[in-house]
Amino acid sequence: MNLEPFLVNAILAGFAVALITGVMGCFVVWRRMAYFGDSLAHSGLLGVALGFAVGIAVNIGIILICSVFALLLLWLQQKKVLATDTLLGILAHSALSLGMVTISVMGQRIDLHSILFGDILTVTRPELWWIYIGGTIVITMLLMNWSSLVLMTLQEDLAQAEGIQVFWCNLLLMFLMTLVVAVSIRSVGILLISSLLIIPAATARQLARSPEGMAIIASLFGVTSVGLGIYFSFVLDTPSGPTIVASAASLFTLLTIYLQVIKKK
Amino acid sequence: MVNLIQASNINVSRQGNKILENVSVVVGDHDFLTVIGPNGAGKSMLLKCLMGFYAPDIGEIRKMNGLRVGYVPQNFAPEHTMPISVRRFLTLRRKTEKTAIEEVAQETGILKILDHALFELSGGERQRVLLARSLLDNPHLLVLDEPAQNLDISGQLGFYRLVEKIYEERKVSVLMVSHDLHLVMASTKEVICLFHHVCCSGEPQIVAKDPEFISLFGNDMATMMAAYQHSHDHAHHDNHSHES
Repeated sequence: MNLEPFLVNAILAGFAVALITGVMGCFVVWRRMAYFGDSLAHSGLLGVALGFAVGIAVNIGIILICSVFALLLLWLQQKKVLATDTLLGILAHSALSLGMVTISVMGQRIDLHSILFGDILTVTRPELWWIYIGGTIVITMLLMNWSSLVLMTLQEDLAQAEGIQVFWCNLLLMFLMTLVVAVSIRSVGILLISSLLIIPAATARQLARSPEGMAIIASLFGVTSVGLGIYFSFVLDTPSGPTIVASAASLFTLLTIYLQVIKKK
Repeated sequence: MVNLIQASNINVSRQGNKILENVSVVVGDHDFLTVIGPNGAGKSMLLKCLMGFYAPDIGEIRKMNGLRVGYVPQNFAPEHTMPISVRRFLTLRRKTEKTAIEEVAQETGILKILDHALFELSGGERQRVLLARSLLDNPHLLVLDEPAQNLDISGQLGFYRLVEKIYEERKVSVLMVSHDLHLVMASTKEVICLFHHVCCSGEPQIVAKDPEFISLFGNDMATMMAAYQHSHDHAHHDNHSHES
């Protein structure tokens, strides 16, 4: 396989995204944020539309809209009128629809397919910068606050008794999720981001013995999935995002069968 | 003698509802306070205010300088999605010597389960692990929020016996929310009966006779408390090996 420039970009982008989503994905699995992540990504389409409409970078549009989405959700949760999954459903699909409407009103030709399912083979250098800067922020913040976040996930009151600012930590996690969504959309698309958060972490859970171990193994599974995905997408000429996710799902399935069926015999 | 915590006339409201009304509590040195009260009476809120989670709307809370508090929270149900050993849980956010961990584990009877996964533990083991974690900091005060809520009767007995042992051996103060008054009667110095305000407080046998206590918990509870107190007294007369 000849390493053409676009392939190098794709691999650099994909591996970085896999590292970020591997670590972040552990918190998604531990804190049951899967539906939240999915909804956040859906609302990202409105961000993309905003970016095109106002003429700012799409990534900024996504971060803005996703942050508004997260704050709106927090505010509505405080009201305690509706359950969180109902609120998420309303917010996510409203934002998704608003995004679609905005895009068609503008009449601009946007490759919707690549926004929904990602197109890692066309990632450009500036987009790579976005991924690496955003990813560095996410990983650094997670590592700096690692024990606090893990303790808070286990028991919030205990964390608070030890002086952890639980409210701000929750907000930090939400903000980091918006960053993850913003930097991953190009690679796997709006519809598939949450699978890259969940599947590698879920695969890693079956092998890990410690929280840190799970994060490392999840990242390794993510990187492997991206590698396999890009390879098969290139060789078979299939869409890259779905191929990456299909690879992750295959690894999960193989490991689960091995551990639950073969090894248990 | 310096009081560990002194709360005077604290008031807390949430969404227009008064949770705590003119509550005053003093936690002294080597004190053993048990807070009782119906569900939603503001017991957990009181503990959280005393620990400084929330500032009271009105009133004042004064703490001893350098007060170290060990906290055993309510509802600790670690999920199996997070792989973490007991040992790692104990050392989260802390640089603790291995020997210190093992000493505390010995004291709380969790030495054998140090390398078990946290989510596999039984209810009783889990509470002991929480207790162990709260002791690692060498606290002056232990705050326990319904620590034996989900344990079976022998688990409850075992856990409260452990708390008593720690109370005696470490000379700590204990502030506990508990409904199992008959089980903690022996060591409790003072009972605070809370229903948004302090209905009554004092020594267990005195509280048990208080009309407000009887109206809140009914005659049965009062009789039961009196009975336990009575048999406990007898135990002391018969057997003086236990100092108190």
